[in-house]
Amino acid sequence: MADTLNKDEYRGIWVFAEQRRGQFHNVTFELLGKARELAEPLKCEVSAVLVGNGIEAKAPELIAAGADRVYVVDNPKLEHFNDELYANVVADLAKQFKPEIILAGATAVGRAFLPRVSIQVNAGLTADCTAFELDMEQRNLLQIRPAFGGSLMAKIMTPERRPQMSTVRYKVFKAIPADASRKGEIVKPSIKADCFNARSEFLEFIQEVEATINIAEADVIVSGGRGMGSGDNFKLISDLARAIGGAVGASRAAVDSGWIKYSHQVGQTGKTVSPKLYIACGISGAVQHLAGMQSSDTIVAINKDPEAPIFGVAKYGIVGDLFQIVPALTERIKKG
Amino acid sequence: MKIVVCIKQVPDTTNIKIDPETGTLKRESAGTVMNPFDMYAVEEGLRIKEKMGGTVTVITMGPAMAKEMLKSTIGMGVDEAVLLSDRLLAGSDTWATSYALAKACEKAGYDIILFGKQAVDGDTAQVGPSTAQYLNIPSLTWVKKVREISDRDITVERMMEDGVDVVKSSLPVALTVVKEINEPRLESLKGKMRAKKYDPPIWTLADINGDPNMVGVKNSPTRVAKSWNAVREAGKAEMIDGPDAAAKADVLFSRLKGLGIIK
Ligand SMILES: Cc1cc2nc3c(=O)[nH]c(=O)nc-3n(C[C@H](O)[C@H](O)[C@H](O)COP(=O)(O)OP(=O)(O)OC[C@H]3O[C@@H](n4cnc5c(N)ncnc54)[C@H](O)[C@@H]3O)c2cc1C
Ligand SMILES: Nc1ncnc2c1ncn2[C@@H]1O[C@H](COP(=O)(O)O)[C@@H](O)[C@H]1O
Repeated sequence: MADTLNKDEYRGIWVFAEQRRGQFHNVTFELLGKARELAEPLKCEVSAVLVGNGIEAKAPELIAAGADRVYVVDNPKLEHFNDELYANVVADLAKQFKPEIILAGATAVGRAFLPRVSIQVNAGLTADCTAFELDMEQRNLLQIRPAFGGSLMAKIMTPERRPQMSTVRYKVFKAIPADASRKGEIVKPSIKADCFNARSEFLEFIQEVEATINIAEADVIVSGGRGMGSGDNFKLISDLARAIGGAVGASRAAVDSGWIKYSHQVGQTGKTVSPKLYIACGISGAVQHLAGMQSSDTIVAINKDPEAPIFGVAKYGIVGDLFQIVPALTERIKKG
Repeated sequence: MKIVVCIKQVPDTTNIKIDPETGTLKRESAGTVMNPFDMYAVEEGLRIKEKMGGTVTVITMGPAMAKEMLKSTIGMGVDEAVLLSDRLLAGSDTWATSYALAKACEKAGYDIILFGKQAVDGDTAQVGPSTAQYLNIPSLTWVKKVREISDRDITVERMMEDGVDVVKSSLPVALTVVKEINEPRLESLKGKMRAKKYDPPIWTLADINGDPNMVGVKNSPTRVAKSWNAVREAGKAEMIDGPDAAAKADVLFSRLKGLGIIK
């Protein structure tokens, strides 16, 4: 299969510039930062791919963030995310311009459409990468990712096909400071007309009703587990979260007990988070929970059981009753 | 309506213990179970059948020991449960697995194909949308609710990061489902009786008309160059103590402030 492919025809790193309703997802800038770093030894250019409607004016932001070139595909049909259309457009561009690497965020959007691109362009795709290395001899991108809920790490490569494609976990790489004086070109390539035929259509968007911060993007998360004892007691968690400017998370035990909604669940079957600070209250630290939060920068565990495995991943631990510790901490933070 | 559900057998993470010495997973002791998300896909398939009529066919690609898992879906009420098994398929990555599943779906016939959101061993979430692309049908991922369904189209709610996208698609379509979508049923007594006697048909690559050059470790675009246990630095937490809760909170506060995490 495809063994006659000439790898040398493929050059350059692409970053899919994810936006929803005209707002870039932060991972876009993180990926541009990482792409710049990879481009140095590879001596190649970094391009951003911007897909949407009425979106061209956003292109300079991507240049300021590190792109040498922005491919803009502006079309009313691309107003809302559509798996088929986004995949068709990115695949068509990849066939025309032959990048050697395509990176997209491991977001609900990136993980939905990039697999379709990988089939269209006959290349492999590695999910949810957290680190990259380069094998310069073969110009292979070594894609490092956790598997099995983070207990196993794997280094994956795509030796014979191009482009090499990855979805990348967010909050792992650093954006470079925006520099409005950076120069870059904006290209509006033509796309085959049949790329715009879709059999699915977006009808409406329903904002999450709660005013809570999306845990996947929060810098601070305060999480409660079975130790909270009831849904009402979660107020202690949201009070602390509010005082510290963070979001509310939960273990599956708390979600399954009906104390808090599934969208707050952290872990293997919930969300994967890596905030600067994660405070686990009344959470034992089961593998499936650790899978979703162990890459957080600083973990604080509050638990009455000194043997709880959560202390094994924590930087700071407090053994004690959360019903006393948590309100005390909230008070202390409010005092400043 | 022809409903196909793709399910995968994965190691049972509930039985996995952490090695206290190394802080890593002890995999050996784990048995195997149906990928937890796939249970919701099976349930949704059965619900669609109850509403629209038709058949539910479950397909798994894997080794012969997956038969027990297939029988459990018969117990839940699916009509057929097929094992796609062939030495040529061994070591397939998501690109190759999706090709094989697409060919198997073609053989089974489909109006709707259901997948779990992701398999908890590889955590890739790639097989659903990739299979759909091979079949050139739309894919709707992260489905938390089927709002409406008819013989011609379907309207679903998808869980995105910032909220819910409501999307309509014509059939045939592939869906990947999250656990919010339903509450899977248990095996019924009648189902268990049928399961006992049921011998899952085995399909080989030739049976699904599959191209040997599209599958297996050799033809998979991605290679695992290396894998290792993610060693956590266990037991290094600084334990904060004090005469009372306020004192402990005070120490923690100054530590976090010292790190610049809180202002
Ligand atoms: C396939 C699969 C997927 C899963 N996915 C997830 C997932 O995504 N996320 C997840 O979280 N779990 C997941 N689980 C469940 C996981 O195995 C655990 O059951 C769950 O994480 C336990 O939640 P918990 O720590 O809140 O509860 P427990 O394990 O019951 O721990 C409660 C803790 O609270 C402490 N406590 C009680 N009262 C107090 C008090 N007053 N003060 C201080 N501490 C107190 C106790 O000492 C205990 O350590 C999954 C399981 C399976 C099988
Ligand atoms: N070997 C397989 N056989 C059948 N279905 C599979 C297989 N691998 C993955 N799937 C399906 O694809 C979904 C996503 O898996 P993955 O892309 O591996 O995370 C799973 O929840 C299953 O529904």
